[in-house]
Amino acid sequence: MKDTRLIAVWSPDWPVVAACTATGTAAHVPVAVVDGNEVVSASAVARREGIRRAMRKRAAQAVCPELVTFEHDPQRDARYFEPVAEAVEELAPGVEVVQPGLVAVPAQGPVTYFGSAEQVAECIVDHVAARTGTEVQVGLADSLFAATKAAHRGVVVPQGRTAEFLGPLGVHELDAPELVDLLRRLGLKTLGAFAEIPEKSVTTRFGGPATRQHRLARGLPERPLDKRRPAPELAVAETFDEPVGRIDSAAFAAKVLSERLHENLSARGLACTRLGIHARTENGEELHRVWRAAEPLTPRGIADRVRWQLDGWLTRERLTSGIRTLTLEPAEVVDGTALQLGLWGHDDERAVRALLHVQGLLGPDGVLTPVLDGGRGPKERVRLVPWGDERTPVRNPDHPWPGRLTRSPATLADDPAELEDENGVDVGVTGRLELTARPKKLVVRGRAREITAWAGPWPVDERWWAPDPHRAARVQVQTNEQAFLLVRRDQRWFLEGVYD
Amino acid sequence: MSRSATASLAALGVNPASELTSTTTDQATGRVLPVRGELAGLLPWGGLRRGSTVSVGGSTSLLLALLADATADGRWAAVVGLPGVGVLAAAELGVSVQRLALVPQPGSDPGPVIAALLDGIDLVAVACPLPPSLARRLTARARQRRAVLIAFGPWPSADVELTAESVRWNSLDDGAETLRRQEISVRSGGRGSAGEPRRVLLSFGAEEIELPLVAGGPAGSDEPADAGPDRADELATRRATTWGRPA
Repeated sequence: MKDTRLIAVWSPDWPVVAACTATGTAAHVPVAVVDGNEVVSASAVARREGIRRAMRKRAAQAVCPELVTFEHDPQRDARYFEPVAEAVEELAPGVEVVQPGLVAVPAQGPVTYFGSAEQVAECIVDHVAARTGTEVQVGLADSLFAATKAAHRGVVVPQGRTAEFLGPLGVHELDAPELVDLLRRLGLKTLGAFAEIPEKSVTTRFGGPATRQHRLARGLPERPLDKRRPAPELAVAETFDEPVGRIDSAAFAAKVLSERLHENLSARGLACTRLGIHARTENGEELHRVWRAAEPLTPRGIADRVRWQLDGWLTRERLTSGIRTLTLEPAEVVDGTALQLGLWGHDDERAVRALLHVQGLLGPDGVLTPVLDGGRGPKERVRLVPWGDERTPVRNPDHPWPGRLTRSPATLADDPAELEDENGVDVGVTGRLELTARPKKLVVRGRAREITAWAGPWPVDERWWAPDPHRAARVQVQTNEQAFLLVRRDQRWFLEGVYD
Repeated sequence: MSRSATASLAALGVNPASELTSTTTDQATGRVLPVRGELAGLLPWGGLRRGSTVSVGGSTSLLLALLADATADGRWAAVVGLPGVGVLAAAELGVSVQRLALVPQPGSDPGPVIAALLDGIDLVAVACPLPPSLARRLTARARQRRAVLIAFGPWPSADVELTAESVRWNSLDDGAETLRRQEISVRSGGRGSAGEPRRVLLSFGAEEIELPLVAGGPAGSDEPADAGPDRADELATRRATTWGRPA
């Protein structure tokens, strides 16, 4: 679990800080950022006056007449946050923006470098303050959710104690109002109490989205950890004839490219949860930033992030020229089916619900879905993953795989077998990949069959990536009635499949 | 059965066997899910009729072949209680595996699991032995939910029974050949088949098999789905005489 440790760097009341920076508002003035009629963020001074989140704007002004309000502007939030993300990146590589005001970065590297988690936290706080004048808090834990909660409190959660840290926190910490409401009515007031319910029961009673919140409450990563990178051909790139230097043209480019990326992903039933944005200016400057999202990104979500990022670069960076090439690269993808029903049509939705229902009955591993993969044998070429998990291939199926068979057995088996020549002697495979004798008899589970013809052997380098590849070989054998696939491993034969 | 009872059954989507004819309209309206040409000739509706129960015996390839065209056409399939099912073989037979769900171990009480699948999955293949009373309830459930229940093994109330009488492959030439071409001799019977048993020779692998590279595009089948039984039979016979042993 070591490499799942994350540092979260959080800037409190970020929308207020961004609004004040943009307008040059002094720190002692009570400030609130409102979205329509509702307060979404308030400065510390305003909070002291009694202003709270979700308060009606009019009520807030009544409580504090000298309150200065600004309209909520995500683009402004993003624009002024870029320097903060950069400052963090100077100390800890691999920064991912979760939202303006919050970045996450893998903890392992910086912790090793600085000696301790506490020291990393201190260095980041000092460095960001020195570089940008922004006040941040740092948290460290085993999951992004927990690290964010730790950052709110400015604490380092020791490894393996994340669940313990989350346990006493209130269920309102989950960003799912309806579920929180329901849990409270059921008398489940803390994350710990929610976490104690078995996952199966959560899926059955509350449905799929609640399962994700349940994972969060237990201190597990949002999704099962998967370090595989999505195939590079999923990325989309655009080179502009006219370098993009203005916000409005950037917004248009963002929209077009985001649509293309989304189409690319949804055609494969995928959705993006981490988005890499890469830009190259006319003078060859390279800019790169990763955005991380809790939910799979919609086309709109992708476009927003790209626009924000371009705005941040164009406004804040001292670019010597406009952006020439823009690349969007999905840095992490998930199966679109289970997480986002919207990607599928009506019929698919019925199927997805039925499969989720069965997962509720049998547990997540009860329903599997196959991924065709690279490899040689009928088993390694298919990977069964729990329904809803990522289904990108691990090994490249496009590679040439010598030793691959034209046809695969319809029934797979794994039974010890004996393959004998006419004298009843075990048939072996030589180092030059030849059979030592003509196979005449096959014995599986005590039943003997007479072999009429055979084919092979074919090489099996199953673990070509491992340091000690072991020699193995496959043969096909035929009896009067049936055909079988056998594999030899460690000087023994096994029945691998029946061609029924 | 009285005329009024027949009418009310018809309103539920249940038709007397005499009306079960293979029409392209049925496929176009989605009442019948497509199957490859030779198999269409065995099924009284020219495909897998929604709400019906079909039992399959003797060959896993035959079971998988039944799922091929429907999944390639965007339908969903689930296979219950068959932990050793060869998914790669399924893909080679034309099944779109990204719309294939496997429930290898349905547990000690498979009834609710299969019922839940019938609620949303178009084709549900069941390979675990069940008590006859439960089997009948599931057949009724499939009829009600307009799903196709495919029983792998004997089933008390199947509309059609498909039995693989033999599964043959091209002869291996002691190291020089590999298994490429498969021939399954299938016989159909059962109460819904309305008439004497029919036989068909299914051939696979006469052409090169192309797999989709990623679990993306649908795999193509060897035959167009609308190839009529006559053409399919003719093809099968021709192939058999070209390379195979006499069936």
